Amino acid sequence: MSRKIGLLVSLWLWSIIGIANEDIQLDKVNIDRTDVVSLQRGAHLYMNFCSGCHSLKYVRYNTMAKDIGIRDSQGNLLESLVKNTLLLTSDKITDTIQTAMTPELAANWFGKAPPDLSLVARSRSNDWLYSYLRGFYPDNKRPWGVNNHIFPDVAMPNVLEHLQTSLSADKYNLAVADLVNFLDYVAEPHKLERERLGVWVLIFLGIFLIFTMLLKREYWKDVH
Amino acid sequence: MESLGKCEMSADDIDPTRRRFLTATTAVIGGLGALCAAFPFAASWMPSDRAKAMGAPVEVDLSKIEVGQKVTVAWRGQPIFVVHRSHESVETLSGDEGFLRDPLSLESVQPLYTKNRFRSIKEQYLILVGICTHLGCVPLFKPTAGELDASWPGGFFCPCHGSKYDMAGRVYQGVPAPLNLPVPPYRYLSDTVVLIGEDSVGAAA
Amino acid sequence: MKYGLEDNSSQQPTGQESPSRLTVYSEAALNWVNERFPLTEMWDLHIAKYYAPKNFNIWYIFGSLALLILVNQLITGIWLTMNYQPSAEAAFNSVEYIMRDVPYGWLLRYLHSTGASFFFIVVYLHMFRGLLYGSYRKPRELVWLLGMMIFLCLMAEAFFGYLLPWGNMSFWGAQVIISVFGVIPLVGDFLLEWLRGDYTISGVTLNRFFALHVIAVPMMFVGLVVFHILALHEVGSNNPDGVEIKEKLNKEGIPLDGIPFHPYYTVKDLMWVAVFLIIFSAVVFFAPDMGGYFLEAANFEPADPLKTPEHIAPVWYMTPYYAILRAIPDKLGGVIAMFSSIAVFFFLPWLDRSPVKSIRYKGPLFKIALALFVVCFLSLGYLGTQLPTPLSNLMARLASIGYFAFFILMPLYTRWDKTKPLPERIS
Repeated sequence: MSRKIGLLVSLWLWSIIGIANEDIQLDKVNIDRTDVVSLQRGAHLYMNFCSGCHSLKYVRYNTMAKDIGIRDSQGNLLESLVKNTLLLTSDKITDTIQTAMTPELAANWFGKAPPDLSLVARSRSNDWLYSYLRGFYPDNKRPWGVNNHIFPDVAMPNVLEHLQTSLSADKYNLAVADLVNFLDYVAEPHKLERERLGVWVLIFLGIFLIFTMLLKREYWKDVH
Repeated sequence: MESLGKCEMSADDIDPTRRRFLTATTAVIGGLGALCAAFPFAASWMPSDRAKAMGAPVEVDLSKIEVGQKVTVAWRGQPIFVVHRSHESVETLSGDEGFLRDPLSLESVQPLYTKNRFRSIKEQYLILVGICTHLGCVPLFKPTAGELDASWPGGFFCPCHGSKYDMAGRVYQGVPAPLNLPVPPYRYLSDTVVLIGEDSVGAAA
Repeated sequence: MKYGLEDNSSQQPTGQESPSRLTVYSEAALNWVNERFPLTEMWDLHIAKYYAPKNFNIWYIFGSLALLILVNQLITGIWLTMNYQPSAEAAFNSVEYIMRDVPYGWLLRYLHSTGASFFFIVVYLHMFRGLLYGSYRKPRELVWLLGMMIFLCLMAEAFFGYLLPWGNMSFWGAQVIISVFGVIPLVGDFLLEWLRGDYTISGVTLNRFFALHVIAVPMMFVGLVVFHILALHEVGSNNPDGVEIKEKLNKEGIPLDGIPFHPYYTVKDLMWVAVFLIIFSAVVFFAPDMGGYFLEAANFEPADPLKTPEHIAPVWYMTPYYAILRAIPDKLGGVIAMFSSIAVFFFLPWLDRSPVKSIRYKGPLFKIALALFVVCFLSLGYLGTQLPTPLSNLMARLASIGYFAFFILMPLYTRWDKTKPLPERIS
């Protein structure tokens, strides 16, 4: 009897697992949010290759620059460095990162306005971005002559093509990883602070738990 | 007497000191935790990054301001007066006038580097927070001598309740306003450009 | 009668030490209040002299935890309202403003979103305790009914709240669930327009869901929780043996197997609260997205009426009912089945015909039925997250049958079951 039940349960579980949605295969990317040099390279790549079309409207230049380590030894922002390397428009350093391209022009040129990328690392995932940026291939049926394995019939050209051809495959992958690292930062700037705070909270709660256990045990000596 | 869900405890089994100690210690740790938990809620009320961006220092090009002219700029939602004083106006500020309530600016609000008889870094440019220290109206600029009455040397007049200030923003005696007009923190970026809201110490808190 | 240590420091046994001035003043203040308000009376009735069974196990912690989470949702919710803007144009932006620009705004948001999911985990476990020990049985039917009304409020609150971030899943999830009301014959289309306040889900809908989520439902919720606890305290708590402790009283009328809630259960609950907070904090600080189940990936894109997400599904805690909705091929039938799957819980006190309350003394039929129900509920929950395929439809139908069978057949199998003799006293 129990064997029959076991068989039924196994059949049920096997079917259930089999139902799981099949997602497209994505390459895994390794990023290190504490690696500020990688974040700076990623920021530089973004400002030079992406910010012409894609805004980061929830991110401010000054906050972003401070978070990725463009600070002096006292922790003050190095404004002039930011203005020379990352702030490529006439915006103020406290402004959010906007693109000069209006949605109307964009829709005209690309069919659809290039989306803001502040949250793309959370709406898609790091692996998706890594695979996407390395997933372009030639396709002369498309307006820009390229298509993408991860995002079929995408309206975006392969903006990083020059980088891809001038760097070795390994170096290009690292560059894309830097860019993904930066996009991961942009999607959740407070992640490191959150994890840091979490450690202290758990340590405190552990100590608190010990005392509540001792207190409970002491009072419950009365009860039999 | 039947025991009620617990067995009889002899006096030796209960350690009152231990109970008191554990209760007190747990309460203290818990209280500490509660205070720490309250902190983010209180901290969230501090100005956000957006508020700080909107309250960022404001640059003013002084070369555009003619002699005897006042320009008003907004900084942190406040009107800031930038006045290009004439040489004659500056001369009228002798220092210890008897008709002023606080001629030496001992009680009014201004950065240390403007605690002088001009109440400014450079004598020809006066920068003030244009909010009357009585009840908050914006005073009118009355630079012409004799404009209000025969003895008027020039200054500011608040239409709400009649408070008067001289050409350094110092308040007259016998008017409702208690203090001189405040001076905001500021510094010169060049001879003709001033940054209001930030001085050499750093941006205003 | 002594339960623990009584503090005798304020008494004067033989007229030696006189009470401290602080003690005298605080006692005087307490008396002043008690002459005008039943403070000590309520404290005694509900806490210090509320006698609860001494054998509460882990299943009895979830009520207190639910209350803790409620407080968390209320406080973090109020704080979020300080910066959130309920308009279609500003809502999504205001959430990102909270996440990035407001000091510790990210923490307020994660506490609220994680709290919402944990509220359901805790409430489901709390309800399961009821199924295990027959907490819904006489004389606690009203406690159970009030609890079910709280559950309805919880689902409404979650549904309204989920639209507020105005993400793409918020929009499309609401679109799908509201369209469910359209199948009601005659009044369906009118109802849709009336609920939305517009021809499609728009800022009008958002603003009214905001009012319901922040004010109307929380007030009902808190009121129902108060009634729920009052109803419980009126008859006294059940326990894992399902045997009434009030049947064995001592001379003073106090249950022999009862212990005062304070200090014994205040101290025990405090300990389990610490355990809970560790688990809760681990999620808040290290995995607030929970793999896309607590914060869904599609919701990090703003609402777009022209672009449906690849995969619309409600948040994980509503997926069992969603699976039942989809399992029935007929649209109206599916809606009726979905509402019935919750309505059926209201009848539980009268469906269970067993002579005993607790699973500990029930026979194998009930145990199998309950195990089957759990498997079906969890399976439906999982199936609700997946895209429908012929196989998954079949499994959802089987699981739905199992789910309803637990209730529909209960009058029969609880009567037929071979129960064990009840103990004299609880242990």
